[in-house]
Amino acid sequence: MNFTLIGKHENDSRANRDAYVTAMEELMAADSKVCHIDCDLYGCINTKKLENAFPKQTFNAGIAEANAMGVAAGLTATGRTVFMHSFGCFSSRRAYDQAFMSCAYAKLPVHVLGSDPGVCAAFNGGTHMPFEDMALYMAIPDAVVIDPTDYAMLNDLTKKLAASGKFSYMRMVRKGIVKVYDDGADFEIGKGVTLKDGKDVTIIASGIMVDEALKAQETLAAEGISAKVIDMFTWKPLDDELIAAAAKETGCIVTAENHQLKCGLGAAVAQSLAKSCPVPMEMVGVEDRFGQVGAQKFLQEEYGLTAAHIVEAAKKAISRK
Amino acid sequence: MQKAEKMQALRVFAAEIRLEALKTIGSLGFGHVGGSMSVVEALAVLYGEVMKVDPKNPRWEDRDWCVMSKGHAGPAMYATLGLKGFYPIEQAYTLNQPHTNFPSHTDRTKTPGIDLTTGSLGQGMSSAVGAALGNKMDDRANHVFVFVGDGECDEGQVWEGAQFAAHYKLDNLICFVDYNKRQLDGAVDDVMSHGKGIGAKFDAFGWNVIDVKDGNDVEEIYDAVMAAYDCKGKPTCIVLNTVKGKGATFAEPSGAHSSQPTKEQWDEAIAAAEAELAKVKAQ
Repeated sequence: MNFTLIGKHENDSRANRDAYVTAMEELMAADSKVCHIDCDLYGCINTKKLENAFPKQTFNAGIAEANAMGVAAGLTATGRTVFMHSFGCFSSRRAYDQAFMSCAYAKLPVHVLGSDPGVCAAFNGGTHMPFEDMALYMAIPDAVVIDPTDYAMLNDLTKKLAASGKFSYMRMVRKGIVKVYDDGADFEIGKGVTLKDGKDVTIIASGIMVDEALKAQETLAAEGISAKVIDMFTWKPLDDELIAAAAKETGCIVTAENHQLKCGLGAAVAQSLAKSCPVPMEMVGVEDRFGQVGAQKFLQEEYGLTAAHIVEAAKKAISRK
Repeated sequence: MQKAEKMQALRVFAAEIRLEALKTIGSLGFGHVGGSMSVVEALAVLYGEVMKVDPKNPRWEDRDWCVMSKGHAGPAMYATLGLKGFYPIEQAYTLNQPHTNFPSHTDRTKTPGIDLTTGSLGQGMSSAVGAALGNKMDDRANHVFVFVGDGECDEGQVWEGAQFAAHYKLDNLICFVDYNKRQLDGAVDDVMSHGKGIGAKFDAFGWNVIDVKDGNDVEEIYDAVMAAYDCKGKPTCIVLNTVKGKGATFAEPSGAHSSQPTKEQWDEAIAAAEAELAKVKAQ
């Protein structure tokens, strides 16, 4: 692992989806067996570029996600490395049985992409707002399940997944996202990244919540509270070792996720700690609720997914030590 | 070999497959007899004459593929592949025993010669379409065969796959519809009817459609596949008018989806299949 933190809490000037497209251009040029299959969403993630440059490697399946998932499985059986994309709600809920049986159970390592994760679905509203996509994929044996943090990480992990030979689900924010890491950052699937060291509490976050966690760390530091921050972009397989070490070191944990709490990152971390080092824990995430329409900023407030909510949770966790 | 001799050999192969499939399911005492029996002749034609396969190298890249989307016909596949030499046929007698490589529904990770995993109906159509697309992109001169059941055609995914295959002009894809007119809860027409007919639907989706009047006749099936090979620019659907439970004395009259007959009924069915094999061989 090798990375540089930007530390500015400012949006990347590029659309996040281009991190995927750029990685795929590189992969497809190097290997004619790398393919992308989309569901009438070229226009949403800029993959028309891939079809134009690599017409024998890029396929539009139309608005038929279940079939697209099965086609991805069949293509994989012919020796290809296939990425299948739809909005996260559809590439999880709509095509779940196909992902489960035709792909994962059949040991055909398709790479599923779900764009607009959680509150990032914003103006598409509750119908399109997956707070359960990661939970569904975590329930599939041996699946790799990832919530990447920013442009640099999405770019790096697309290449890492292509080389992994593992069935996977990865979220993808399409548009604006905070630039947390400098370009060229290098990550390892299944290994969390410690971004800040601290001794009073550990904040474990992923995706858009990583920047919120970093902001919370600064607020806490100003109040004399020392918080460790871990980017846990791989929810499965989970980095149990890093979690246990952090719990021992700081004595309490806060998790933060753009996902529902019943079967998400917080639940997975709690399950891990229950076996290794149980400590007081607080969880920031979506309570037992559906999504709704609105700007992402409004939705983060509405569902409690901000730095302020993390700060509050951290103080509560510390008070329970 | 003259065609008449080839057809005779296929009739014998079909009778052998039927007997072995019955004995395999019979060793357990229960299973999906109905839908296994109806596809026996089509499997005999494919593996006995039409398909390029290498039993010693099941994943040979230039092979023809066969996907049993109606995955519950696993026992018919296992009998066929065993007789073809993919593994000793005795292995198939572990059907559904603990840790077997021969589960109820076909599984590419377990059984040599099974190309794709099926069981959740409709899914084999899409994965077969994906395999046909991949082979076409590789410019291979092979074919992908997929079997769907008539009941299975209730699944919307069958039609999503049909739409994709026609759009991408997958003329290397041949879909058999096992039109045995029965599904689990009864007659297809009673449970969920198919409007103007399954063949008409495939036609509307832009496929070449061939109707085989007797889907349990090896010569009619063989001729249909040869005609399908001649069709370029679109996939072919071959509708096999079959009989569910064909040749299984306890299953054919009822057309049952799965059966658990008595020991005596099994003995009677296996004896009848043995007699049929002897009769066909003598022809």
